[in-house]
Amino acid sequence: MRTKKLLITNTWFLAIALVLVLTGLFYQTASAQDTAPTDDEVNAIAKQLFCPVCENTPLDVCPTEACRQWRELIRQMLAEGKTEQEIKDYFVANYGARVLSEPPRTGFNWLVYLVPPVLILAGAFALFNAFKEWTKPKSAEAGSGQGEEAGSSSDEDDYIQRLEEELKNRK
Amino acid sequence: MTETNAPQKRSVPLWAQVTIWVVLVGLLALVGFGLNRASNPMAEIGKPVPDFDLVYFEGYEYNETKEMKLSDLQGKIVVINIWASWCKPCEQEAPDLEEAWQLYKDSDDVVFIGVDYVDTPEGAFGYLKKFGISFPNAPDLQSNISSILNRQMGVPETYLIDREGVLRQIKIGPFSSVAEIQAFIANAE
Repeated sequence: MRTKKLLITNTWFLAIALVLVLTGLFYQTASAQDTAPTDDEVNAIAKQLFCPVCENTPLDVCPTEACRQWRELIRQMLAEGKTEQEIKDYFVANYGARVLSEPPRTGFNWLVYLVPPVLILAGAFALFNAFKEWTKPKSAEAGSGQGEEAGSSSDEDDYIQRLEEELKNRK
Repeated sequence: MTETNAPQKRSVPLWAQVTIWVVLVGLLALVGFGLNRASNPMAEIGKPVPDFDLVYFEGYEYNETKEMKLSDLQGKIVVINIWASWCKPCEQEAPDLEEAWQLYKDSDDVVFIGVDYVDTPEGAFGYLKKFGISFPNAPDLQSNISSILNRQMGVPETYLIDREGVLRQIKIGPFSSVAEIQAFIANAE
């Protein structure tokens, strides 16, 4: 009687243990699937990088086998808990800064960010000055060169008069 | 007569001219300095190869040394083979390179070093395993080694450095036989 009770207890114990183990395994698998990085998460980083081999092709759209492996590497690093910056740093350390879609804002790279706005501002300033110069002489001439203008218009009138006379004579 | 009728040209003020020239010359100087700083020294045949670091792949170290400089190998003939797992012609020569390495490895006079150019770790280790490569191999971090060796065309390329560290020969493209590799190495004698 006592042995039978012990057997039943052991069976129950084993069944509960089995259920617990299976539940644990199921939970582990499910949580691993939940945390697996999505394609969007991988591509969000991949599009900030360029294929190191086939230059000028962003990594998220590059169709080669090597690019697929690099995207898988990004997925793996994300799954390991690496941040976006850490992943980009890894790519720069291995393949150089040329893989970045935007040059890092350090050292001489600052020229890329500073020179164009400076040139645009300088251009705008030059244009502003040029417009000012183009409008200024007209008003100045209007004031100072009235006699000259009158002279030239009278020359023109004489010419027209002569032309009309010549035409009349021909008729 | 015509001189008096010509419109008077207004010249750019002197201060503006000076500023423009100073800015332009300054920019050119900055770009020049930056380019000069970024450029690596490059190897030339008949001249000593500029030194560089080698950080070997795990399991492919040289005499169990994980990191070393090229200059550490002075006194030996060094054969540097640049390859990549995505490079089909590299696969053609890989078995021959390994076979040739087996002929030289015990002499300790000739060292083969594979340099993996722009590759993924998965691809690199897969390639090394596939062809049973056993000679030392290192990744070409930031393409620094291929840049110093002045890579000519692409991959594969093989560089022969003599015992004095002088670049003796470059083989562009794959070797077609073990005999060709042996003849190539003989040029360093």
